[in-house]
Amino acid sequence: MEEKEKEKKDIFESAWQSLASVKLAIFILMALALLSIVGTIVEQGADPAQNIKLLGKLFGESVAPTVYNVFAKMGFMDMYGSWWYVGLLVLFSINLVVCSIDRFPKTWKVINKPLRPLGENAIKTLPVKKELTFKTDINRARDEFANALRSLRYKILEANEDGSVQLYTQKGKYARLAVYVVHLSIILIFLGALVGIQYGFKGYLNLPEGQTSSRAYKSPTEPIPLDFTIKCNWYETLYYEGGDTPKEFSSELVILEDGKEVLKKVIEVNDPLIYKGITFYQSNYGYMKEAEGYFSLTVTPDGGQEKKLWLRLGDTFEIPGTGVTGTIIDFSPALSRDPYSGELTTYAEMMVNPAVAIEFNVPGKDKFKGWILKRYPETGQFPDGSEIIFDDYWGVEYTGLQVAKDPGIWLIYLASITMSFGLYICFFISHKKIWVHIVSDKKSVSVAVGGSTNRNRLAFEKEIERLISRASKAIEGRSKNE
Amino acid sequence: MNSSLFFDISAGAYIAAMITYVIFLVVRSKTVGIVASTITILGFVSQTTALAIRWVNSYYFWMSSHPQSGLYEALLRAAPLRNLYESLVFFVWSLILAHILIEFKYKNRSLGAFVTPVAAMALLFIDISGTSKAIQPLIPALQSNWLLFHVLLSFLGYAAFAISFGAGAAYLITVTESKKELPYLFGSIIIGIFLAILIGMGIDFLSLSGAERANLIQNHWLKATIRSDSGGVATASWVIAIGFVAAVWHLGLRLKGALAKLDVTAIMLDDIAYKSIAVGFPLFTVGGLIMGAIWANSAWGKYWTWDPKETWSLITWFVYALYLHARYVGGWRGKRVAILAIVGFVAVVFTYLGVNLVLSGLHAYGG
Ligand code: HEM
Repeated sequence: MEEKEKEKKDIFESAWQSLASVKLAIFILMALALLSIVGTIVEQGADPAQNIKLLGKLFGESVAPTVYNVFAKMGFMDMYGSWWYVGLLVLFSINLVVCSIDRFPKTWKVINKPLRPLGENAIKTLPVKKELTFKTDINRARDEFANALRSLRYKILEANEDGSVQLYTQKGKYARLAVYVVHLSIILIFLGALVGIQYGFKGYLNLPEGQTSSRAYKSPTEPIPLDFTIKCNWYETLYYEGGDTPKEFSSELVILEDGKEVLKKVIEVNDPLIYKGITFYQSNYGYMKEAEGYFSLTVTPDGGQEKKLWLRLGDTFEIPGTGVTGTIIDFSPALSRDPYSGELTTYAEMMVNPAVAIEFNVPGKDKFKGWILKRYPETGQFPDGSEIIFDDYWGVEYTGLQVAKDPGIWLIYLASITMSFGLYICFFISHKKIWVHIVSDKKSVSVAVGGSTNRNRLAFEKEIERLISRASKAIEGRSKNE
Repeated sequence: MNSSLFFDISAGAYIAAMITYVIFLVVRSKTVGIVASTITILGFVSQTTALAIRWVNSYYFWMSSHPQSGLYEALLRAAPLRNLYESLVFFVWSLILAHILIEFKYKNRSLGAFVTPVAAMALLFIDISGTSKAIQPLIPALQSNWLLFHVLLSFLGYAAFAISFGAGAAYLITVTESKKELPYLFGSIIIGIFLAILIGMGIDFLSLSGAERANLIQNHWLKATIRSDSGGVATASWVIAIGFVAAVWHLGLRLKGALAKLDVTAIMLDDIAYKSIAVGFPLFTVGGLIMGAIWANSAWGKYWTWDPKETWSLITWFVYALYLHARYVGGWRGKRVAILAIVGFVAVVFTYLGVNLVLSGLHAYGG
């Protein structure tokens, strides 16, 4: 029985040791790096034909389908979700946790070990050391070294003996915990991702101007019910002048609860709307060719009052007071003039350069047709001084929203912050210890300064030099004055 | 005022500095060393001026299309970190800054011969890749402070990694006895490949007309040589490229004697490599991975999508984490960790350029 217990304990012990080992960590990091490379070459979650073509380039056309099938069976086509990749991440986490638990008590002991004065000889064997003599008395030397240490923000401990005094101090011992903070942050990120997968969703919603929805979609057949209603008032793309480079994509969204408006916001890329933990991101947009919308025009006769109009295709309106009438006869989402033939064409499927064609009827003259472009208001200026501005063709675009709920994001943000601080402390703050041993020797004192640090030795040596030069300047300066 | 004159001066200065540093390695005259440092510092001042001018110009450019912007917002949107060209220029700037700091700290000039070539290669790459140098309007997804800090910190991190690459390579040379040793073989082949690709792009550049050069990366990358449509040209190019890499391997060890006479110790190089990774790792983690993820989340609601660029950043991160653990707790020493420093930087270059160059060529998107 006892034997068995012991054996069990041994097995447990050795399993623990292997799970805590840094060798395993090195192996896992290598494996993750190498496997991830494969994941960037083979396109993940893509149409099989695409990857077969790719494998054809790498291995030859004839074997590509076979290679594909083997790879697909092994999970390489959706690698990051495969059992072995996830398994490796789990092993990585276990390794990290076990290793941290295994080492933490030792670190904690080091941190809490009380600092003790050292013998003079011990000081002289420290990694950083220096010996000096001053023509002064022991108390002055003590005071000036204490001041110099304080000015470097050390809290001093002191030990007195007959004819000698020792100042000793340490700083930054808690920086030794930073590694654990970094490691813990990695675990927090995994947890955050899990919470997001378990309790959140990622969906989309294409919402036409003027319409409402109380669902988002994971896929066309997988609706996600929302417990409120969202409405798109309008969608608009703004362009930089003189080209088709988009300047901003924006939509005005309204949240309705029981038919009542509770929130209204114009969203842009990088500036989403958040309601009840669900975020609506501006992600794309589209033009619905078949839809019939409203033309919004602002008409101003020469010197007269402007008038807003809201018209359908085929409607006729009058420029007030002039007797001129116009009929809306055509629309192009992206009008351009061919530079060679001079012909007008529609050059894109999206509403990139919307234009409305209006047939004018001026009393006593022939009818004529003109295009007015939204992005070029000068096209609506007429020789008689009247003006027609094409504000929008409303109701034919939809806004493409990413809809996401991720309750895990707070863990991710928290972990980001802790990891940032952890890394900073880990690499830039060191645990430093300094001992200053002062012995009086007739008319002079001899001083031994020694120290150790767990990293950034060079910077620490500079600090010791600074300490010594401050103290010696003060000591020598004062003795001269006397 | 136009910034390009100052950029050209700095590019010329860095290339001159590279040559001077190499001469310094060979003749070891103190005067030559001082000249090399002076040229580098002058180039740096000129480049800083150029960056400032470009920033001011971009500021007015932004204000012309966004007159309602506040000063602070406009300055952030105008920061010259907005496309491939600007980020590479900033990379060179950070690299030279780091180099100057190290030169002062270690009071040793010889690392210059290993760092300035990386800067010169980046400059050459900018020129022959035909990337647009014009100030371009900022598309909506890029109008984000997170993105700005993401690029800023990542590139500072990349510069630190480039230093560790230079130090790692120099380390390998100093400790290698025979050129048949595997670590040296590996390091020299990597450097040979970098140089060969750059030369290949130079040939692309020369063979293309002005208009086609703008699409060199997308459509013509290495098409004049190893990716040529003509089988003969491609085969010959491969042979020449392999010969070139072999020559780099064969001759690289000649630098060893020069380094030894300049008091460049292996310990110092190892220390520089480690320290620059210790600086680069937090910068890259916070700037590259964390801020990149936050930006993606604020723009698209997804902080991680495993796209090739993100995945390669993660691979880079794994390699440097590997370096730190192998060296700090795993007991790895010497050549093995130097190799990791080199591999890490290869991953950096691949993350930034290779994903666009190589992977987009393999995949359906891109040319
Ligand atoms: C990619 C993930 C990881 C990151 C970013 C990370 C980060 C770090 C950092 C920054 C250090 C300090 C290194 C230095 O001072 O040079 C460190 C130390 C360490 N890490 Fe990790 N680590 C990771 C994974 C792991 C894993 C999986 C293990 C599991 C064994 C591990 C075990 C250790 C140990 C034992 C130390 C030394 C701690 C000490 O000073 O006592 N790390 N880690």
